[in-house]
Amino acid sequence: MVNLTINGTVHRVDAEPDTPLLWVIREQVGLTGTKYGCGVAQCGACTVHVDGVATRSCSLPISAVTSEHKIVTIEGLSPDTSHPLQKAWLELDVPQCGYCQTGQIMAAAALLQANPNPSDEDIVAEMTNICRCGTYNRIKAAIKLAASENRG
Amino acid sequence: MPAALDASRRSFLVGSAAAAGGLALGISIPFASEALAQSAPEINAWVMVRPDETVVVRIGRVEMGQGTLTGLAQLVAEELECDWSKVTTEYPTPGQNVARSRVWGNFQTAGSRGVRDSHDYMRKGGAAARQMLIQAAANGWGVPAGECTVVKGVITHSPSGRTTTYGKVAEAASKLEAPKDVQLKDPKDWTIAGKPVKRLDTAEKLNGSQIYSIDVKRPGMLNAAIKACPVFGGKLKSFDAAQVQGMPGVKKVVAVGDNAVAVVADTWWRAKTALDALPIEWDGGPNAALSSESIDQMLKEGLAAEQAFVGNQAGDIKAAIAGAAKKVEADYGFPYQHHATMEPMNATALWTNDRCEVWTATQNAEAALATAVAASGLTIDKCDVYRQNLGGGFGRRATSHDYVRQAVLIAKEMPGTPVKLIWSREEDMLHGHYHPITQARIVGALDADGNLTGLRMRISGQSILAGVNPQGLQNGRDPATFQGLNPSGTEGVLGYTIPNLLIDHAMRNPPIPPGFWRGVNNNQNALYLECFMDELAHAASKDPLEFRRKLLVNHPKHLAVLNAVAEKASWGTPAPQGVYRGLAQHMGYGSYVAACAEVSVGDNGVLKIHRIVAATDCGHAVNPQQIAAQIEGSFVYGLTALLYGEITLRDGKVEQENFDSYQMMRMDEMPEVESIVMPSGDFWGGVGEPTIFVAAPAVLNAIFAATGKRIRSGPLTKADLRRA
Repeated sequence: MVNLTINGTVHRVDAEPDTPLLWVIREQVGLTGTKYGCGVAQCGACTVHVDGVATRSCSLPISAVTSEHKIVTIEGLSPDTSHPLQKAWLELDVPQCGYCQTGQIMAAAALLQANPNPSDEDIVAEMTNICRCGTYNRIKAAIKLAASENRG
Repeated sequence: MPAALDASRRSFLVGSAAAAGGLALGISIPFASEALAQSAPEINAWVMVRPDETVVVRIGRVEMGQGTLTGLAQLVAEELECDWSKVTTEYPTPGQNVARSRVWGNFQTAGSRGVRDSHDYMRKGGAAARQMLIQAAANGWGVPAGECTVVKGVITHSPSGRTTTYGKVAEAASKLEAPKDVQLKDPKDWTIAGKPVKRLDTAEKLNGSQIYSIDVKRPGMLNAAIKACPVFGGKLKSFDAAQVQGMPGVKKVVAVGDNAVAVVADTWWRAKTALDALPIEWDGGPNAALSSESIDQMLKEGLAAEQAFVGNQAGDIKAAIAGAAKKVEADYGFPYQHHATMEPMNATALWTNDRCEVWTATQNAEAALATAVAASGLTIDKCDVYRQNLGGGFGRRATSHDYVRQAVLIAKEMPGTPVKLIWSREEDMLHGHYHPITQARIVGALDADGNLTGLRMRISGQSILAGVNPQGLQNGRDPATFQGLNPSGTEGVLGYTIPNLLIDHAMRNPPIPPGFWRGVNNNQNALYLECFMDELAHAASKDPLEFRRKLLVNHPKHLAVLNAVAEKASWGTPAPQGVYRGLAQHMGYGSYVAACAEVSVGDNGVLKIHRIVAATDCGHAVNPQQIAAQIEGSFVYGLTALLYGEITLRDGKVEQENFDSYQMMRMDEMPEVESIVMPSGDFWGGVGEPTIFVAAPAVLNAIFAATGKRIRSGPLTKADLRRA
C-alpha cells in the first residue's frame, strides 16, 4: 500500500511498486481524464503535474513517488473548468476527438507556469504531445490566448 | 460502403462489408421490440423536446472529432426553428435502430459521409417535427396552423398574439401523424446551419469528464490484456497459464479464438503485467517468412504484368506513347500506414446466456453489433452495443471490430462479469488494418509543343475491398482502387482531359489486413498523379499551374479550387528567400480540393514546411470553422504519413511497435494552414478526408522546386533532400 497525494487528497492505494502512476490514477483512484496512449512516454496523453512539473505518468512507477509529491491531474487543474487554458481551449474550439487534449492542457499549464509569456519557439519546444486529429495550430493559438488573458 | 439492407420490417442484414472478416448475418428480429428510454416526448426519430425546452437531436452517425455531431444537429435545428442554445444530442443504439426498421439510417461513419449522406433525411426530420409542433399548438388554440409562426421554439398565433413553446406542446405533437411532405429551406436562408457555431461537445473534453470507450466502468468489471499471434495468419500454439495464475490480481487466462490469449485481472495493468510474463508459443503459419522485400517484389511484378483491371480509358494510349515527341516515365510507391488512433482499440463486454452487451468506440455500431452477435452465440434481439466516444477513428474503427469479437469471446469465459479489453499500443500497432501498399508506373506522352497527348498509369498493389468485402468486387475488380481517377460519377472524377489514357490496376494482395485509412486510395492516387503532373510540366518546360489549368478546362470545379490556392498563395510571384512552392489538386468523396505548399530545404537537407494554402469546394459548408479544423487536421495526418509513415514487415510481423519507432508529426513541424472554404452550392461533398489527398503531393512538388529532387515514395525520413 502506498499513499499518493492527488488533487489535494491523499489516496491509499493497493498497487505493486512498479505500477506506472498512470494506471494507479486511472484504475485505483478512478480518475480517467488522464489517458493511456503509448506507455513509453512518447505521446504525452498521460501528462500530469508532479510538484508542478509536466510528467508523463505512464512511465513513472509509483515507487518513485511519495505522499509528499503533489500530483495534479486534469480533474484537479481547476474546480470548474476555469483555468485560463481551459477557457482559451473552449473559445477556440480546439479539440477534435479530444483524447489527447487533457494531456495537452496539462503540458501547456506547466509551460505557462514556468513561462507566462512564451514565444512560438518556446511553445513548440515544450509542447511535444502527439495529436492525431491535428489540432496543433489551435493548441498553439489557445496557449497564446491564455497567456495574453493572464497578462490582462 | 453501406451495409447491405433488406428493407423489410422484420429482417436485418449486415453484409460482410460491415461486419468484416467474411461474416454475413441474416437475422430476423421482432419489430419494435425495444424503444429508446423516453426521457421526453418523441416528435419523431430525430427530435425529442423536453418540458424544459431542451431539444434532443438523435444522431445515427458517430462523432469522432470530425464535427459531424454538431453539423447534423445544426441541420436539424435549422429546419426545426428551435433555440440552438437548447440543443443536445443522443445516440440511438444499433439494436434500437434494427428494432425500428433502421429509422436512423446507416450508422457507418466513413468515407466522409457523416453529413453529405445524412443531410436530407435529417433536415426532413427537423422540418417534419417543426410542422407537428406548430400543428399541436394550432390544435390547442383551435386555429389554422397556417396562422402560426415559430421563432427559436416559441410559437406565435399571429392574429391573436398568443404564444406557446415547443416544450409545452411536445407531448401533444408526439401523438400527431407525421406530415407526408415537408419543404426544406433554401440554404441561402440558413441561420444556424452554414454558420461557424461552436461545437456542442467541447467543454467535457477540457476537464477529463468526457468518457471514452477506454474509460468505461461497469459494476464488478474486470480488465483484460491480450496478445494475438504477431504473424498475420498465425495461430496460438500453447501457453502456460500456471506460470502467471498466482500473480497479483489475476483471475483467468483464456485462449481467444485460435490466434490469441488474454489475461483477465482486477486491473488492466496487472492483466498486462501477467500477460507479459506468460510463456506463449505461436505457430507463425504460412506467412512466417513474409517481409517488406517480398511484398515489394510482388508489387514490382505487377507493374509490368499483362493482366490488369481497367479504371479509366480513352483514345489509343499505345499509339500516343509511340508517337510522342517526348516520353516521361517514373515509378512511384506508397507504403503501408497505420491508423494509430490515440485511443488504442478496446471494448467492454458483458455476456450471460441470454444477453450480450458491448460498450465500445465504433464508426459503425451496426457492424459492431453484428460482430458481437456472431461472437456471442446469441440472437440479435439479445445483443446490443452502446456507443462510446472515440479517441480517434480515421477508418480503423469502421470495418473491423476484431476488438469487439475478442472482448465478447473473453466475456463468454466469465459469464455475468463485465470485462474491459484494452489493447496495448504494441498490440494496436501489430494488429492494424493498414492503409494498403501500392506502386505505380506512369508514362506520359508530350507532343512537340509540350502538350500532354497520352498518360498511362499502372497501379500495382493491394485492394482494400478484396480484404474486407470481397463481395464488393466487380468481377474481381476493385472500383475503389481508382478513387479520384474515374472517368465520371460524383465521388471522384479525374479532372484532367487527356485524349489518350489508360489507368489500370494489377491487383496484388499481400496477406496483410488492409483497411480504410483517412483518404483511402485517394492518398496514393493523388500523390502519383499530381507529382507526375509536375514532372510532365517540368519536362514540357511549362509552369505547373498553367500546365494543369489547360488540362482542367473541362472541369471548372477542379479548376476553381486550384485557382483559389494559386491566387491566395501568390503563385507566380517570388516566394520569400529560400522558400519554394508546390501545387496539387484532386477530387474525392464528392469534394474538390487543392493545396499550395511552401517549403524550404536547408543545405543539410532539413525540410521545413512553412505554409499550406488549402481550398475545398464541398458544395455546402454546414460549419465553416469546423471545416477549417478538418482541413488543418487532414494535413497533420497526411504529412505525418509523408514524413514518417511506413509500416514494414519482417518474418511476417510488423516491425513498428510504438510511437518511438513509428513517429508522428508534432507541433514543431506543423505548418501554418490557411484554408479557403468555397462551397459552390449545388451538391454535397465530404469534409473529413478530402484535403488530405493533396497534402503529400503539394509538399513533394515544393521539395522538387527547392532541391531538384523528385521523391516518389514516402517516408521522407528515408530520403536525402540535400540539393543534387
